Amino acid sequence: MFQHNNLRNRTAIRQLAAEIRTISRKPVRLMEVCGGHTMAIHRFGLTALLPEWVELVSGPGCPVCVSGQRYLDGCIWLSRLPGVIIATYGDLIRVPASFSSLEKERSRGGDIRIVYSVTEALSLARENPGKSIVFLGIGFETTAPASAFAIREAMRQNLANFFLFSAHKVMPPALRALVDEELRIDGFIAPGHVSSITGTGIYRFLPEEYGKGVVVSGFEPMDMMLSVLGLVKMFESGPPAVENQYKRVVKNEGNRKALDLLDEVFEPSDDLWRGLGMIPLSGLQLQSTFQQHDARIHFKVPEMESTEPKGCICGEILKGLKRPAECPLFRNVCTPDNPVGACMVSGEGSCAIAYKYTRH
Amino acid sequence: MCLGVPARVISIEGDLASVMIGEITYQANVALLEEVVPGDYIILHAGFGIEKVDPAEAEETMRLIRTMDQQEPDNEDGIVPT
Repeated sequence: MFQHNNLRNRTAIRQLAAEIRTISRKPVRLMEVCGGHTMAIHRFGLTALLPEWVELVSGPGCPVCVSGQRYLDGCIWLSRLPGVIIATYGDLIRVPASFSSLEKERSRGGDIRIVYSVTEALSLARENPGKSIVFLGIGFETTAPASAFAIREAMRQNLANFFLFSAHKVMPPALRALVDEELRIDGFIAPGHVSSITGTGIYRFLPEEYGKGVVVSGFEPMDMMLSVLGLVKMFESGPPAVENQYKRVVKNEGNRKALDLLDEVFEPSDDLWRGLGMIPLSGLQLQSTFQQHDARIHFKVPEMESTEPKGCICGEILKGLKRPAECPLFRNVCTPDNPVGACMVSGEGSCAIAYKYTRH
Repeated sequence: MCLGVPARVISIEGDLASVMIGEITYQANVALLEEVVPGDYIILHAGFGIEKVDPAEAEETMRLIRTMDQQEPDNEDGIVPT
């Protein structure tokens, strides 16, 4: 059956590049808002295949990168509480908060466990009845349903020692914030796996209210080139619309079961995004029915005075205003081994990707 | 974070499925999916199946590639028949 290697067929990719070159007349700036897309573009060297007037920029698509300092400081604060085990996806562990990182806290004796799935955090709660397990819930609509499932399971299994510290976020308000800021973006390559949960309707406001085209894209080079072609066609001859290039995974209506679970467990809340600031109703917090599992409420996590790493332009990079190489710290001071800002930490961060895939 | 990898479902017991990515077997939670059966491909993300891969749509993408590939003889990669 289906083999992903086929989506890396060079001849077909070159043909698509040629077609893009033929069709594209005006300078166009397309933004991808998913770390997976950023990675695919660099890993497969796709920008080199495009005409120089077709520009691809990365937006706020890396959940680790967009999590604000205040959230990270809250994670550190929680990790210092006696009897608390922090369970986290690995991406978060090295991100510098205002005054420490989870990695540093672990070397100081904090009990911080890396988990691959939230279900492992549930197991930790079962195995350690005398401890409080705090799962650090980061991620967009793709990841949030797993946290919602865990909360429902914690209720069902009576795991009173399982807590979620949620920084889950939803994509549409951030996209609206980007276009409202009048950053010059002519179209969006929409995140494939976020869309597999949400469906494609969440992007409709972009063509309808702002005249911006959207293509929901897969992650293979063929997918990306087809999506760029779709956006260039819309930009040149219109009309702007929402297209679904990733039909093999994304249904227009999304994943009903996952969406129902999100509705059951979470409610929208204002949330802080690195670079974009406070965006109304862009976060997901637990509904009051589940507040006994809400780490923020149970442990009374204080609102801390947080500080951004000095000189780091991660915020501007997340808005597509600057590229990693334009940061004075990039590669000199800030490296994957010694990251100053979040964008250099996560494997999906623009700076880490640029470091890995550009010549130096 | 939103990385998802296609995995083939081998067996299912309740919410848990045994899936294969390449030659390696993983456990996947399939509670977010409707009607998964062995042989299905699912997108695995952070231990959860988040969606099934639609074989007909996947084949449609493959067909498009085959069409383009035939237009140029010097295909270095070749096409694996699907």
